[in-house]
Amino acid sequence: MSETVIDVRGLTKSFGGRKVVDNFDLKVPRGAIYGFLGPNGSGKTTTIRMVCGLLKPESGAGEVLGLDVLKESLKIKERVGYMTQKFSLYEDLSIRENLEFIARLYGLDRRVERVDRALEDLGLSERQAQLAGKLSGGWKQRLALAACMIHEPELLLLDEPTAGVDPKARRDFWDAIRRYSAQGVTTLVSTHYMDEAVQCDSIAYIAYGKKLIDSPTAEIPKQIGLHGWRVAGRPLQQAQEMLEQSPGVDLVARFGAEIHACGKDAAALERAVRAVKQAQPHVAIEPIEAGFEEIFIYLMSGAMDNFQ
Amino acid sequence: MNLPNLLDLSWARVFAVFLKELVQMRRDRPTFAIMIMMPVMQLVLFGYAINTDPRYLPAVVEMREDGPMTRAFLASLRASTFVDIVAVARTADEGEAMLRSGEANFLISIPEGFERRLVRGERPQILIAADASDPVAAGGALGAIERVAQSAFAPEFEGSLSYLAQGPPPYEIVVHRRYNPAGVTAFNIVPALLGVILTMTMVMITSIALTRETERGTMENLLATPVRPLEVMIGKTTPYVFVGAIQVAIVLIVATLLFRIPFTGSFLAFLIAVTLFILANLMLGYLISTVARTQMQAMQMTFFIFLPSILLSGFMFPFAAMPAWAQAIGEALPITHFLRIVREVVLKEAGLADIAGDLWPLALILVVLATLALLRFRRTLD
Repeated sequence: MSETVIDVRGLTKSFGGRKVVDNFDLKVPRGAIYGFLGPNGSGKTTTIRMVCGLLKPESGAGEVLGLDVLKESLKIKERVGYMTQKFSLYEDLSIRENLEFIARLYGLDRRVERVDRALEDLGLSERQAQLAGKLSGGWKQRLALAACMIHEPELLLLDEPTAGVDPKARRDFWDAIRRYSAQGVTTLVSTHYMDEAVQCDSIAYIAYGKKLIDSPTAEIPKQIGLHGWRVAGRPLQQAQEMLEQSPGVDLVARFGAEIHACGKDAAALERAVRAVKQAQPHVAIEPIEAGFEEIFIYLMSGAMDNFQ
Repeated sequence: MNLPNLLDLSWARVFAVFLKELVQMRRDRPTFAIMIMMPVMQLVLFGYAINTDPRYLPAVVEMREDGPMTRAFLASLRASTFVDIVAVARTADEGEAMLRSGEANFLISIPEGFERRLVRGERPQILIAADASDPVAAGGALGAIERVAQSAFAPEFEGSLSYLAQGPPPYEIVVHRRYNPAGVTAFNIVPALLGVILTMTMVMITSIALTRETERGTMENLLATPVRPLEVMIGKTTPYVFVGAIQVAIVLIVATLLFRIPFTGSFLAFLIAVTLFILANLMLGYLISTVARTQMQAMQMTFFIFLPSILLSGFMFPFAAMPAWAQAIGEALPITHFLRIVREVVLKEAGLADIAGDLWPLALILVVLATLALLRFRRTLD
């Protein structure tokens, strides 16, 4: 069995003359949880849809589960579970009817047994006759995950699966994904949440249709090389406004009563922070190490335009 | 809420809502196009295509005699705008067959020895067999044929024959109303209503089949599964075959019990035709659903099909009386063929062989629609 589950090269897609995904490469090894990050509209959904055959790339090639992504999308669909960003099961079918429908489409044997087990795993056995449309957001997400797992796919493509879900449901959701990963299921998951990104083995960062970063999660801070300063005290608002105007400051993030100012150019950043101290003598400044939080805010804010 | 509150009004906000509606209306191009097209279409259909005073109804003449008077009568018939002589039959069977198949609405027979008996004052008969399965079309033309006869024979009754011009006409026109002797309008309308009911419901139901999935976002999930376009098409339309079957049963029961409509023809022929017709309508609706982006658009497109289905199919107005372009549109509609079949089978004792001429166009329409719908089906979200 091939150890690379997703191997796509040069995927390109435009809508209305605008390149939404531009020359995109990705290699995902078996069993990995691959995080897919990027600001809104950066092309994450389009890329995931191309990987599972829902959109035809204009150019590029690749294999998913060893199958040609352009020619064998029907075979790929049989072995991939895709969870859409928006709830896309039938709101006017019951929980059980939705799962049975999907199970029939995949032509699964032991259908009743599988659906029973999925309902049990979900903790929805009692409510299986309830209409899916009546479920809360968190439960809808769980149902959708169960639906895309029912045919035991080898690859999970999850498009912002936890958007708008409460923290408890999100934690449960990630526990489930890690369980699947331990069983050898590969996961490509797009997210906006920093705490979720940290849980991924590797991260691909995409902005304006281009992949800018692709590396193991632990190596990302070093790779980006972001320097940070903490600014605390009063008046914080003026300090923040000043920092935002300063050259050399790429990110100003407010954490409660303090500001973290980050930048890639250490010297320029220090100059900017010291200038603020001069103008507002009552604030305290202190160099810090830019952690994941700062880095992800930096990444998610779309500040990566000029990276590389 | 009290009344003064209800009547609170800010023109700025009214303008905001007005502007928003205007923009949304402009964005929904197909809806806008149909709103503009609808009056144009209705004007053209009612103004040009529809003729409530039927003319050029197809007739066949059976001539058992060939003399100067009968030739004059035939010439007058040919010149008349009321009937269109499509054939001159030599045998009785030939004329009867044309009447049954609907190729002719009238069979005008002039018996042997007509002229000799006319001269002798024996008042020979001109037999007119009218297809009264459409009483409206039959009624108007019958009076016209009498007038044609009068003016055709008048110049012949001169000189030595001038005595024939006196008193009542020296011949007798005998009219047989075939297939619906009493000329009951319901006999014509009720079987045809089956076609209208099926067209309306079958097309409307399936016109939102895919549109609803797209609108609700469930299409993305459906396309992510290994389901094939043909599987979706068959699976989505089959439930409505049963709905159609129930409608057929209801109409048949009501037609028999309430309207006492005889069912004279082959029931098997009827079943085959009605099945093809239901399938063709389902495919028509399904094709709409591959085009329409919203359910609203699907409804409007359905109505766009429905209007010619009623006006140009021969349901409301005689098909033969329409201009050629309107007939061409009518021929492309499933209901036109179904109406002919259902009238022939129910009222005219037709069997499978008699309706073959309308069965194959129905099958052809079905295949073309299904193929188009399959080609239109988008396997991806592109």
